[in-house]
This record gives sequence, C-alpha cells and structure tokens, in this order.
Amino acid sequence: MRTAFLALVRKDLRLFLADPRAVMMSVVAPIAIASFFGYIFGGGAGNQEHSRIPVLVSDLDGTALTRDVVRRLAADSELDVKPATPEEGREAVRKGKATVAFVMPKNFTVEATRALLAGGEKPVLSMRFDPSHALEMRMLQGMLAGAVMSAAGRQLSGGRELTAPFQVNSEAVTSGRGITYNGYAHSFGGMGIQFLLMVGVEVGVKLLLHRQQGVWKRMRAAPLSRTMLLGSRAVSSGITSMGTLIILFAFARVVFGVRIQGSMAGFLAVCAAFSLLTAAFGLLIASVGKTADTTRGIAILATLFMVMLGGAWVPTFIFPKWLQAITVAIPTRWAMDGLDAVTWRGLGFSAVALPVALLAGCALLFGAVAVSRFRWEAD
Amino acid sequence: MLEVSGLRKRYGGVVAVDGVSLRAGKGETIGLLGPNGAGKTTTVSMIAGLVRPDAGEVRIAGRAMRGDTDPAKRSMGLVPQDIGLYEEISPRENLHLFGSLYGMEGAALRRAMDEALDLVGLKERARDSVRDFSGGMKRRLNLAAALLHDPQLLLLDEPTVGVDPQSRNAIFDNLELLKKRGKTLLYTTHYMEEAERLCDRLVIIDHGKIIADDTLQGLHRLMPARSVLRLELTAGARGGLRVEDLRQVPGVESAEMRDGTVQIGVRDLAGDAPVILGWMTERGHRFEHVASERASLETVFLTLTGRSLRD
Repeated sequence: MRTAFLALVRKDLRLFLADPRAVMMSVVAPIAIASFFGYIFGGGAGNQEHSRIPVLVSDLDGTALTRDVVRRLAADSELDVKPATPEEGREAVRKGKATVAFVMPKNFTVEATRALLAGGEKPVLSMRFDPSHALEMRMLQGMLAGAVMSAAGRQLSGGRELTAPFQVNSEAVTSGRGITYNGYAHSFGGMGIQFLLMVGVEVGVKLLLHRQQGVWKRMRAAPLSRTMLLGSRAVSSGITSMGTLIILFAFARVVFGVRIQGSMAGFLAVCAAFSLLTAAFGLLIASVGKTADTTRGIAILATLFMVMLGGAWVPTFIFPKWLQAITVAIPTRWAMDGLDAVTWRGLGFSAVALPVALLAGCALLFGAVAVSRFRWEAD
Repeated sequence: MLEVSGLRKRYGGVVAVDGVSLRAGKGETIGLLGPNGAGKTTTVSMIAGLVRPDAGEVRIAGRAMRGDTDPAKRSMGLVPQDIGLYEEISPRENLHLFGSLYGMEGAALRRAMDEALDLVGLKERARDSVRDFSGGMKRRLNLAAALLHDPQLLLLDEPTVGVDPQSRNAIFDNLELLKKRGKTLLYTTHYMEEAERLCDRLVIIDHGKIIADDTLQGLHRLMPARSVLRLELTAGARGGLRVEDLRQVPGVESAEMRDGTVQIGVRDLAGDAPVILGWMTERGHRFEHVASERASLETVFLTLTGRSLRD
C-alpha cells in the first residue's frame, strides 16, 4: 500500500515537473501580479512617490490671504494644486482629470474675516468633486479649513501662526519598533492564495479528463482503494502548492524585503493547511463536476469570489461591516488573516492556530465529500 | 481461471450487457468478438473491476471478486483499449509506476521491467519519451505495462486498434509467447483474422448478449457453406435478379444481395461455381467482377446476426 501510494504521489510530482513552462507560469504569474498589487497598495520599498490628489483652484479674490491659502495647500505633499478658471475646474472634474475644483469667490477675505470676528454671513466657497473620490473630497475640506484658519490667524495676529492647540504623534503599529509595513507581504499572500486555488481547479478538471483515459482504467484495475487514488492526488497537489507558496515568499523576501516577522512555524502551518485545502478543493470540484469545460468555468467563478471576499485582492477592512461579517465564513479569509498575522503583524503561533484548524477541517470535509461523491465510472 | 456468470449492466435505458456468462480455463485464449457497441468493453470493464455490474458475478481462480482492493486483482492484467500510459515520461518511469501499484519494488520490479521491455522489443528505447513513440510502439508498451506483476489472466481490450500491420504482428508474436507460457487471455476484437489466429475458443456477443460460444472448428460447423462466391452485378442487372430464384440453383447453400453484390455460399466451389455462373449468364444477369473466398468467422457472424462485424 505504501509503495503504491508513494509511487502515485511521485508520478504526479514528476508529471508536474515534466512541463517546465507550466511550472514557470505557476510561479512567475503570481509573482508578477503580486508585485504589481504590492506596489499599488503601498509596498514598503521604492513606493514613496505615490499619486498626489489633483486639485484645481480658482482664486477670484486674489488677496494676500487667499494666495496664502493656495500656497499652503500647494505645499502639502498629498496634493497637486494648480490654478484654473471655475469653468475649467468643473470641466476637468467632469472628465476625471481633477479630483476636486474649488472657487474662492470675490470678497472672500473681507467676508471671511468679518464672519470670523463679528459673526456675520459667511462667504460660500464652491467645491466641485468627483463622486468616485468622496473620501479625498472630505480630506481636502479638512485641509482647506486648516489652511484658511492658519492664513487668517497669521494675518489677524500680525504674523503669528494660528495653529491647532495640540500635536499628533502617529505611529504605524507593526511587528516591532522601526519595522515598517510592507504591502508586498499582503499582496504575495493574496496572489499566492488565488493561484493555488486556480491550481486546485486544474487538479479537479484534469481528474475529470483523466477519468476517461486508459491510465485511469489501468489504475482502477489495480488493487487500490478509492481513498488512495484520490488521497495521493491530494497529497501531491498539496506538496506542489506548498512549494509554490514557499517560492513566492522566498522571492518576496529577497526582492521586496518581506519577512516572516512572527512565528515561522505558524507561517508553515498556514501554508500547509491552505495547500491541503486547495488540493481538497480540486477533488471536490472533480466530484461535483460533470464535464471538464463546464466545471472549469464554474470553479473559476467560485474561486474568484472566494479570493475577492477573502481579502486576497484588497484587505477585508476596506469592506463594509456587513460584508466583513460574511467573509469570516470564507476559507480564503482564514488563510489571509493567518498569513498577515505571521508576516507583517509579527504575531505568534497562537494567532494562527484557529485559522489553521479551520483550514484543515475544511480540507478534511471537502476531501470526505469528494471521496463519497466522486463518480468513478466515466459517462 | 475465469468464470463470469450472468453479468448485466444498464446505462439509463440501454442494456449494454445482458446476462453474459463465460469461462476461461488456465492457459486458454478466449476471443470475445462483436461489432462496435456490442458490449465487449463493458464486459471486460466489469471483469477488471472498473465498472460495477448491476447483476452477476466474476470469479477469479474460484474466488468471487469483491471491491476495489480485492487481492484477486493481482491475478489480472488489463490492456485497455485507450493507450494507458503517461506520454510525458519515459517507458521505464511508466512501468515503474504501474509495477508499484501492485506493491512491486526494488530488484524484483527492475527485473520485471527489463523482461517486459525485452518481450515487446522496447528495451533500447526505455529511457526515451513515450510522446516520441509511434502508435505501434505505444501499443506494445501498453501491453508491457500489464505484464509487470506477472498476472495469470490477461484482459486485452482491442489491443491492436489503429496499429500498422508490422506492429500488429509484433503484438501477436508477444501474445503467442504469453500463451505458450500458460497465461489465460481474454481478447476482445472485431477483427476476425485476429481471433482466428490466436484464440482457442470464441465467444460472439451482439447487443449485449452472447450468441455463440464454441471452438473455431465448432463455429465453422455452424456455417452452411464452405466457400463464398461474390458476383458484382452490372448496374443494369441489379434490379432483375431475385435471390429466391438463385437459392433454387443446385449447389447454392445461401444467397444474399448487398449493395449490388450477390454473395453465394457453396459447398464445392470448383463444381458449383460453373453451374451458378452459367445460370446467371443464361438469364441475362450480367456481372462485371467475380471473386471467391473461403468462408470465415465473418460469415458465421453474418449468419448468426445478419450484420457484419464491422458495422
């Protein structure tokens, strides 16, 4: 039994390695996409020059105060401030070339000063914004208020800055002091998970095709149990998945400085449990699928949903609350939480114990369903 | 060695195998003959344990076979109709895998691999890629892969499909050698000449049922004629000839009209042919081609089923 099992596993690994192009693609593709996502979502290395918010300003008042306001905004590293007429500003926002365009009306300084000192009617500052950037608009409102207050305070107090009566000390909480957040850690975990699930889909589809071939008949003719035939496939698939994940993180470590800041054992446990899950997922697909083509389409759709909702593309904290509550039940979320915990969060094994247990349990469940439901005789 | 009784398998509304029973003694070669869709492959699949029968039983060396891991499977080797090999790897790697499935390892496995490769004449190509093999070479390797665990019973499901005559002869030489070594062979085919060359006994199956089970000599006795005379009629003569009239001619054992050719079964070709040709000429049934052949199993099959083996 042991000899047969090992031979089956070895055969699968040999067949996997026999196609160097497929091997390369299973590693190169996730690396390329993870590198891109890591860069876009604030990767730690070499991503300081992020996109600044394009802002157009129409200063119709043209006083020292309004010019000071514009200067203060332009000095902010988050903003790309340029002058424009009100019409140009509106048109640029409509075309998506600017996020916000605002107009400081004529007599703004006089009316604003009067309103500040005597409580008169406040001047209206028109702000046009791109509705797909509502968050930036709110951010700019705050920055504008600050700039106006500072500029007005300086003018009214004879040169002394009017600033907020407190200081903010902000600190990114990572695995330790001096260790910065590395966005590549999340993107490599996410893309690794996505591609491993895709590998799982291929395992299932190939099994469906395999069932109609002579080699399958030859194996079925041997005195082997069904659990051994499917189990060996799961183990070999798990080994290739685990190897792929480790290669991905090794690349991320060397090129992007991603480190396992937490428990290495925890990291390996998450990788192993998720690899097993992808293998069982492949078997499950083969057990419920009928033809290879329709099964592949449905399985890829299911995979993309799992990947998306599991936070592999973007972290789940960006999701609305109700959606975050749902994703707690999705295995990819457990894997992502586990990988985040032991990479950039720097947590110990206890932080991944539950995700690992859930992933392993889910893998066993998928495997059991697959063995019981798999149709051994091709149509 | 092999006893099959009352095997039955239904797929939806179609009964693929309907109460098939057969026996094969030790060292015997049984030919399972029938046209495509007759139920040959389903029968072999049930014997090999690939398909669960709806009814019936398979006994190997006196023991009923039950379940996927039945030790009786070790006594059987299957040569599937589709090539059962991994093309990405070498013949040796393929054989190593298939031997391991039967628990073989180490020196015993290596020896078995060498012997099997030697038997099918592929020892020199053992480390090449199967992908580069010709169809005939793959078929020979397909046979070798079933021999590693030295099975007593070999199930061969149309093992020569799609191969050139040279490779077919090579496979036949291999099978004759295995037969001499005392192996029991169950050989499915729709090629009569293969069955005639190799088999001790022939089981003819059609529409899932066995319609004859006898030795070659026994089946020949079923034939009404010893020779077949074929006359290809001219286009103008096809409508005028009534086979009922022809059957009345002295010496004519049977007569069938197919696609403008009349097939006449006779017992004494030399004596009967001139009489028949004279009768045709006198009545103006003109023909443009005449051929004769010894009556074969094909004729038996035609007699028993009313259709050709290769329909």
